[in-house]
Amino acid sequence: MGEKILMKGNEAIGEAAIRAGCRFYFGYPITPQSELTAYMAKRLLKMKDAAFVQAESEIAAINMVYGAAATGVRAMTSSSGPGISLKQEGISYIACSELPCVVVNIQRGGPGLGSIQPAQGDYFQATKGGGHGDYHLIVFAPSSVQELVDLTMDAFDLADQYCNPAMILGDGLLGQMMEAVEFKERPKVDLPDKSSWTLTGCKGREHRYIVPFDLDPHILEKLNKKMDEKYKKIKEKEARYEVINIENADLIIVAYGTVARIVKTVINNAKKEGINIGLIRPITLFPFPEKIIAETAERVRKFLVVEMSLGQMIEDVKLAVSGKAEVNFYGRTGGVIPSPVEILEEVKKYL
Amino acid sequence: MKKVFGRPESLTDVPFTYCPGCHHGIAHRLVAEVLDEFGIREKTIGVCPVGCSVFAYLFFDCDVICAAHGRAPAIATGVKRSKPDSIVFTYQGDGDLASIGTAEIVHSANRGENITVIFINNAIYGMTGGQMAPTTLVGQVTQTSPYGRDPKTMGYPIKMSEMLSTIKGATYISRVALTKPAYIVKAKKSIRKAFQVQLDGKGFSMVEILSTCPTNWGLSPVEASKWLEENMIPYYPLGEFRIPEEVA
Repeated sequence: MGEKILMKGNEAIGEAAIRAGCRFYFGYPITPQSELTAYMAKRLLKMKDAAFVQAESEIAAINMVYGAAATGVRAMTSSSGPGISLKQEGISYIACSELPCVVVNIQRGGPGLGSIQPAQGDYFQATKGGGHGDYHLIVFAPSSVQELVDLTMDAFDLADQYCNPAMILGDGLLGQMMEAVEFKERPKVDLPDKSSWTLTGCKGREHRYIVPFDLDPHILEKLNKKMDEKYKKIKEKEARYEVINIENADLIIVAYGTVARIVKTVINNAKKEGINIGLIRPITLFPFPEKIIAETAERVRKFLVVEMSLGQMIEDVKLAVSGKAEVNFYGRTGGVIPSPVEILEEVKKYL
Repeated sequence: MKKVFGRPESLTDVPFTYCPGCHHGIAHRLVAEVLDEFGIREKTIGVCPVGCSVFAYLFFDCDVICAAHGRAPAIATGVKRSKPDSIVFTYQGDGDLASIGTAEIVHSANRGENITVIFINNAIYGMTGGQMAPTTLVGQVTQTSPYGRDPKTMGYPIKMSEMLSTIKGATYISRVALTKPAYIVKAKKSIRKAFQVQLDGKGFSMVEILSTCPTNWGLSPVEASKWLEENMIPYYPLGEFRIPEEVA
């Protein structure tokens, strides 16, 4: 057992990234994730063979990540909604070039400049590609500061394993809260050797290039199909979720991140009133844990999706449920966090 | 028989895709000759742009990454910072560098990134078929300035070398042309100095190369060179705008 330390979510992500071997961070300040950028500055500027650059824009930051990732190092950037929108061009290029990197989105209210309070309105953007063209990110949805740490480390591993950008989709509450975390000893993971594709100068070999395009549609389609195979493999192998009380529940709530924390309180409060509800909490949003939802829909007739959005993840839940159960929705937006009391009231409407 | 002229080692044998009379080919060759002369081909990583020279990765026999339009200096920053022992250059056109990528070029210069920028200014968007560039001259007719560039609504052509010369982190800035042998000799010297600055770890260097685009200017190669000399050079004077003592 390692030592437990009290850390703010945003800083914990930074420490986790460094412990995962990330020495290259490129960012731009935006609330509510700025502590992460500041943490990386504090640590990386004092380290050898490392770089921290406060970029001129989010667009530049993601392109610095693109350049660094091409040389084979672990690189990261982070932002919140409006800044993540700016990064989409670069993320699409990185996905097309099949380079690994980690992008953190500490979500805030939107659309537009929105608010600086927690929200989950970037679900579509994170899970359906986000930028132009056919691609996906591997998307993690942590629900505690400990998970911010563990999943950030996993994100680097999976990004390397699949040569694909990975995203940590947190929110302002997770980024700003303090919790005790432990930086556990991690088992050694077997990761693919990068030396067959990194740009390091062509000494002793043919020159090599990383180009995110092909003007021959048949060749580009081949790349699209190759990427699709990768996403199928990710869907098959990497879906993660947590379930609570789904065996005998009368209603299943599906929620991720901050909302899932609140729902855990709702489950306990409901029990006291004799109401039996369960939770399915997706830990990966892409791949989406559709199997467990489909299986549960065979037994439980009622689902309630709770999000801090107008209803985005509900579309994936409905696809998984596939008409076998009733799927209802409750959402708060703009930076408003739903309370356990109001979620329980909502549950009661359907029982 | 003694071989007196050949293809630089830093160029592949892939034939250029450029139009007859276009200066990209000369510019590529000069960069390649300089990489050869410094013996740095095997540790060079080029960043090629969106535009006519998007295929530069096929022509330069060194490692290359292709950037989104305008982003080459940011990518070069990421490459150089993560691999400081490499030699990094970007190759960018005027739409790329002087329009959509102004933030990236200004701030990479301002950070004094130790990279070399080859900036091709041909006063027009080539690959998309001849639209107005920020460098298009006043009165110049393009697809999107069909009645000539009107500064009242379209602004004046932007002088990137002069602008970047106001930045302290920009160590070497020059403007050259390729319309006659004497200019080409000077251009190569200038490119050499730019890479020398990087090799010495002295910071940001850029060579602006005035170039022709006969296809989109609607001129023959010879007329295009004449047009460049008569119209572009008076507005975009050749010379060194910033130069460190060591390479002067």
